[in-house]
Amino acid sequence: MDTPTVVRPKISAKHVGKIYDTADGPFVAVQDFSLDVAEGEFVCIVGPSGCGKSTFLRMAAGLESISSGSINIEAAPDSDKPANSVVFQEYAVFPWKTVIENVSFGLQMRGISEKERTQVARYWLDRVGLTKFANYYPHQISGGMKQRVSIIRALANDPEVLLMDEPLGALDAQTRVVLQEELLRIWEETRKTVLYITHSLEEAVLLGDRVVLMSAQPGGILDIYHIDLPRPRSFETTTLARFSEYRALIWEKLSAEVTRAMEMQE
Amino acid sequence: MTQQTGVSAFRHDANRRTIVLMGLSVVLTHLILLVSGAWFAFAWPAIGMSFIMLVLICERIGRLVPASQRNLYERSLALGFPTVVLSVWQLGGDLGLINRIWFPPPSEIGKALWSVTVNYDRFSETSLLGRPWLIPSAYQEGGFSGVGTLLSESHLLATVMRVFSGFVLGAIPGIFVGVVMGLNQTVRLMLDTTLSAVYVLPKIAIFPIVMLMFADPFGEGPKIVVVALSVFILMAINTMAGVRQIDPVFLMAGRNYGAGHWQMLRHVILPGAMPVIFAGLRIALGTAMIVVISVEFLRAKQGVGFMTFYYWEVLVPEKMYAGLVVVMAMGILFTATLYWLQKRLMPWRK
Repeated sequence: MDTPTVVRPKISAKHVGKIYDTADGPFVAVQDFSLDVAEGEFVCIVGPSGCGKSTFLRMAAGLESISSGSINIEAAPDSDKPANSVVFQEYAVFPWKTVIENVSFGLQMRGISEKERTQVARYWLDRVGLTKFANYYPHQISGGMKQRVSIIRALANDPEVLLMDEPLGALDAQTRVVLQEELLRIWEETRKTVLYITHSLEEAVLLGDRVVLMSAQPGGILDIYHIDLPRPRSFETTTLARFSEYRALIWEKLSAEVTRAMEMQE
Repeated sequence: MTQQTGVSAFRHDANRRTIVLMGLSVVLTHLILLVSGAWFAFAWPAIGMSFIMLVLICERIGRLVPASQRNLYERSLALGFPTVVLSVWQLGGDLGLINRIWFPPPSEIGKALWSVTVNYDRFSETSLLGRPWLIPSAYQEGGFSGVGTLLSESHLLATVMRVFSGFVLGAIPGIFVGVVMGLNQTVRLMLDTTLSAVYVLPKIAIFPIVMLMFADPFGEGPKIVVVALSVFILMAINTMAGVRQIDPVFLMAGRNYGAGHWQMLRHVILPGAMPVIFAGLRIALGTAMIVVISVEFLRAKQGVGFMTFYYWEVLVPEKMYAGLVVVMAMGILFTATLYWLQKRLMPWRK
C-alpha cells in the first residue's frame, strides 16, 4: 500500500480574524491567525494579557463568531464524538450539580443513558482520586478539586480536541504544580489533541509540544517554538538545562511584547 | 497561655458582676417607686428603662454563653422578646396602664380568637374556619356539596384560596416572562421600563379597573387577578435579575457541552437563577398578603381581612385583633412552606 495518505491537521485555523464593533469604532482583537495542530499534539498559546488568546480559543470552540477566515476541527466521518470540549477557569463547574452530575453533564446532554454515563463518570473520578466526593456539591470541595472536576468533565465527554482556557490560572502555586503533573500523566495515556491557553511561560514549556507566542493588539502569531524535551515529562523536567534555555529564549521575546502592550495601553 | 486564661477568667467575673448589678438596679428602681407610691406616675419611663437594661443584660449574657449553647441562646432571644412584650401588655392592661377597650390584653384577644373560631356569625353568615366539626353531619345531609357549602362560610379558607390562586397564577407566568426578559435583550428593553412603572403602582388603586374586566365584579375573579398581577410583576422583575446575574461562563459551558434550548433552561438557567427567584417569591408572598387583606377590607363579604374590618366597624376590638393574629399566623405558615420548598428545590444550598 504505497498510496500516500494525506495527514490532515486535527485543528486547522486559516487567516482567522476577530473584529469587535464597539462604540469607538471597530476593534481588531485577532488578526490573520493561522495555525495547524496535528492529531495528538499539545499546543500551548502564551502572550501578554489582552492579546486575544482566549478569544481565539472561544472561536475554536464555536462560542464566539469568527469575523474572517476559518477554523476547522477534523473528525472521523462515522464519529459521534463532540468536536471539542472546553475546560474553563475555576468557576465553570455548576454549583447546583453534584461532582458526579458535573462530570457526566456532557454525556447527559447528548442523551446517553444514566447507567452508562455514571459508569464513565465513576471511571474518571477514580482516575483523579475524587470517588469519595462524587455526591458532594462544588462549594464543599477545594479549588484544586473543582478544577479536577472541570478537567474530567471535558475528558468524560471524549471530544475530538480538548480546548483549555487558562485552566490552572486561579489556583495557588502548589496546587498548580500538582495539577500540571496530573494533567501530564493523563495526557500521556489519552494523547488527546490539546490547545492550551496559559499566561505562565513555565507551564507552556513544561506541557507543550509547541509554544505559540502571540502579539498584542491586534492578536497574531509572533513566533512558534518546538519544545524538544523528552516525554513523559514531570516536574523534574523543569530542572533540565534545556528547559531553562527554552524559557529564556521565549521570555526574551515575550517580555518585549509585554512591555510593548503595556506602553500601548498608556 | 496561662496569662491569657487568667485575663479571660477575669473578664468572665467582671461580666457576671455587671449582670447582677444591672439586674439589681432594675428591681431596686421599681421597688423604690412602689414604696414611695410614685410607681403609677412613672410606670412608663420605668418600663422603658427596664427594657434598655434588659438589652444590656442579654448582651452581657451573650458574651458568657459558650459556643455549644449558642443556638439555645439565640432561640431564647428570638422567642423571649415577644413573650416579654406580650406579658407587659397583659400586665399593663390588668393594672390599668393601658386602655383595655381599644388595646385589649392578649388574654382577651385569645378569648376572642377562640370565640370567632367556635361560633357562627349569623349576621355575616360566616365563621373563621368553617366549623370543621360539622363536616360529618353536613356530609350526611348533603354529601360533598354539603361540605362545600359549610366550608364556603370560612374566612380563613376564602383568604387562603385567594392568596394561593393569585400566587400560582401570577408566579408561573411571571417567572416565564422573567426568563425571556433575562435572555432576550429586545424583550427586556421593551418591557423593563413599563414593568418598573407598574411595579410602584399600589395594586389596590387599580382594583376598580380590574373589577370592570369581570362579568361579576364582586366575585372572586377580580380579587384573585389583582393578587396575581402584583405577584406577576415582582416575579418577572426578580427572575430577570436572577437570569442576568448568572455568570456567562456557565452559559458558555452549557452550550459547549451540547445543551439544547430546553436543556439550557432546565440545567443551567433555572437553577442558576433559583436563589434570586426564591428571594422574589418571599417578597411576592408578603405583597400578596397585603393586597388580599386590603381588597378584603375594601370589597368582600368574607375573608380574614373582611373579618378584621367588620369587627372594627361593629366595635368589637378584641375580635379585630383576633383577625390580625390570624393574618400573622398565615404569614408565618406561608413563609415556612416557602422555606421548605426552597430546601427541596435547592439542595446545593446549605
